Order: sequence, then structure tokens, then C-alpha cells
Amino acid sequence: MDRNSNVYTFLFAIIMIIIVASGLAFTATTLKPLQAENVRKEKMQNILSTIGVDVSRDEASQLFGDYIKQELALFPDGTVNDKVDAFKLDLSKEVKKDHDKQNYPVYQAEKDGKTYYVIPLYGAGLWDALWGYIALDNDKNTIVGASFDHKSETPGLGAEINQSWFEDQYIGKKIFDENNEFVSVKAVKGGAKADDMHGVDAISGGTITSDGVSMMVEERLKNYVPYLKNK
Amino acid sequence: MAEENEGLFSKQNRALLIDPLDDNNPITVQVLGICSALAITVQLKPAIVMSLAVLFVLVFSNVIVSLLRNLIPNRIRIIVQLLIVASLVIIVDQVLKAYAYDVSKELSVFVGLIITNCIIMGRLEAFAMANGPWKAFLDGVGNAAGYGFILIVVAFFRELLGSGKLMGYEVLGHEAKTVAESTGLYHYGYENNGFMLLSPMALITVGVIIWLQRSKNRKLIEN
Repeated sequence: MDRNSNVYTFLFAIIMIIIVASGLAFTATTLKPLQAENVRKEKMQNILSTIGVDVSRDEASQLFGDYIKQELALFPDGTVNDKVDAFKLDLSKEVKKDHDKQNYPVYQAEKDGKTYYVIPLYGAGLWDALWGYIALDNDKNTIVGASFDHKSETPGLGAEINQSWFEDQYIGKKIFDENNEFVSVKAVKGGAKADDMHGVDAISGGTITSDGVSMMVEERLKNYVPYLKNK
Repeated sequence: MAEENEGLFSKQNRALLIDPLDDNNPITVQVLGICSALAITVQLKPAIVMSLAVLFVLVFSNVIVSLLRNLIPNRIRIIVQLLIVASLVIIVDQVLKAYAYDVSKELSVFVGLIITNCIIMGRLEAFAMANGPWKAFLDGVGNAAGYGFILIVVAFFRELLGSGKLMGYEVLGHEAKTVAESTGLYHYGYENNGFMLLSPMALITVGVIIWLQRSKNRKLIEN
């Protein structure tokens, strides 16, 4: 057949597309369960890391049930919505809903006889999404661990938020002030004062990402105030 | 055909493998693939991952296009090449997501960059469309190596001078809040050059490499 004829060109294109499309569809569907499993394990790993349990992804899925005693989805007033599976909530979709229509997931963890509350976070950085987890102590006020991650912040600058030097600054900070008012914890440009219970050092050169983290922490935690104050 | 009688590693074939490393380097001589050389050379590790990914995609797409070269209709050859490259990249990404999740997280941002990498399209169009699969294979390995080599050199200097690390390890010592608490070079008042982390410095680093290469290899100097 003439390789320059229209019929040949169309036939070639159609055959090529069918082969490639079925190849890709086949790969995507066969690998889907494995990929979803990886994402699930990573989530468990991140949640556990905020309460100081540092394990590999595979160990995380085995140990998750040992530490996490309750997975709750909350109504905005802080009461539990038992119709929703908290672990399956997709925060990136929840945050787009109105405040009173959202479900707020929280994980109750137990380690060495103490209870911790792990709250998932989701917000925006300079280029794309940020997310993370914050674990609160028994008093529902002191932070015992934080873990952040990002989709595409600038390497060496904003991307540093997922490094332990940044995350570990949150440990010991408090989200309520002496009068029990919610103040959150902010990343302070130029460095937080040593005795500031509500501030950590922002990243130099990563101001917008740092602000993104501050806003994400404040906006998300604020929603849990009714639940946290209910002792 | 002459091709059939040639040894697998004849002089000509060896040249296919070695030329792209120096005389015909895709980045420093042909100035292709600059976009990704700027984007992902802030740290060494992603640069290595990117180089391996490009090696894989370039070799396979070169061989596939070379095998199909007598079937591909001339008028839609570019889009057919693009289709092959794009599907290979997606397959790589999907497989990594399932079996090597951590590598895939490193790579996720660069998947789009591989598809648009001019080196790949350039080799397909200039070489694979006109040569047999074995030669296309060698050409793919050679060009990907030439690309990866430059990428890794640039990333080495950017990570070392920009953040004082290599592969994420602090090789120049630890920079604490005060000079007194710091160790290694930082103890003597050394500061990282944050400018190295920004894209313009990648361009300047590539420029310095081009300059060095040309001062050694005089036949590359244009009049």
C-alpha cells in the first residue's frame, strides 16, 4: 500500500491508537490495586510518625491498628458522625465544601498508655498543595509531632517543610493560649522568639510556603476547636 | 545490506555510543534538553533518577521507532513518535508507582519533562527514522549517557555549593543557628550560596561547562 496515501495514514493512526490505548488501559487497571495500597500505607506511615512511631511503609500497615484506637469523622460542632469512614475521607475534596458540610477526620492514638489526637491538614503552598498531620497530647493543646509534605514546592527552599528540622520545631508548642483561646502555631519570618509558645522559625527564601503552612495549620485546627475544648 | 555484515561493535557503532559524550553532546554541543537541565539539577538524587528515566525512555523509543520506521506514514511521523514516547513515560510512571513508590514520588514532577525533552524527539526524528534497531539502541544509550553526564555534573555543583549537601548528606559540615555551634566549614564562617538553587545558576553552570569543554576540544569552536 502507498505509504503516503490518506487511507494508509488513517489506518495506521487508528491501529496505533487502539494498540497504545489498550496497552495503557491494561497497565493502569492491573497496577491500580498495588498503587492504592502504597498510598494507603504511606498515609498510615505519616500518621504514625507524628506520634513518634517511625517505621517503614510495610510495618506501618501492620502496626497502625496497634496504635490508632479510633478513627473519627466529626461534624463541625465536634460531635462524631459515625456514618463516615474517617480514613477514607479525601481531605482535598472536603476542604472545598462549606464549613458546615465538611467532615473533620481525627485519629485517636494510644502509645505507652497515653492518648494522642492526630489531625490531618491540607492547604496551599506557593506552587501547589500542602498537606500533613499534627498530633496533640492528652491535654488537646500541646503538639507532640508534626509531619508536612508538599506536591511541588521549590527544592532547597519551600520544599524544606518536609525535613525534620522544620517539623520538629512544632514539638512542645501550644495551640491555645493561657485564656484557653485558640491561637494556632505560626511560622515567623526572621525567626520566632525562644519563649514563643505559638511560633516557629519560617524558612528563609521560602516565605510563601511557610505562610502556607501557617495558614493551613490555623485554618484546619480552628475547625476542631469545639471537639478539642470538649474535655 | 552493509549493516548486516558489520560487527556489533564496529568502529562506526562505537562512535554512536561515544560521540554524544563529548564531540556531539546533546546538551553542551547541540544545546537540546536545556529545560530539564535547569529544572531538576538542584539536587543530585533527582538528577540521577531523571537521567535513568531518560535513558530508559530514549533507548526504548529509539528502538521502537526504528523497528516501525518503514511503516510510519511520513505525514504523521512526529505525532506517532510523540505517542510512543508519551506512552512509554506513562507506563514507566505507573510501574514505578506500583513497585517502587519512593522513586515514583521523586520522578512524578519530571514525567511531563521527559515527554517534552527535545533530545528524545530529536534522536527519533534524526536517527531512529533512518537507522536499524541495533544502531538506534546504541545511539539511545550514547545520547542518554551524554545528557545524564551533564545533568549529574551540574547537579553535583548546585547541590554542593547551594545547600552544602550531596545526595542529601551534609558533606561540608552542619550549619547550626550560630557559627560557634556549627561544624565543618560552617564553623569558619562559610555560607551556602542560595543563588545556586535558583534556575539562572543552572544556566550559568551549563555555560561554564560549555566553555571548559570548548577550551579542551578546539574543533567545537565555531568561527
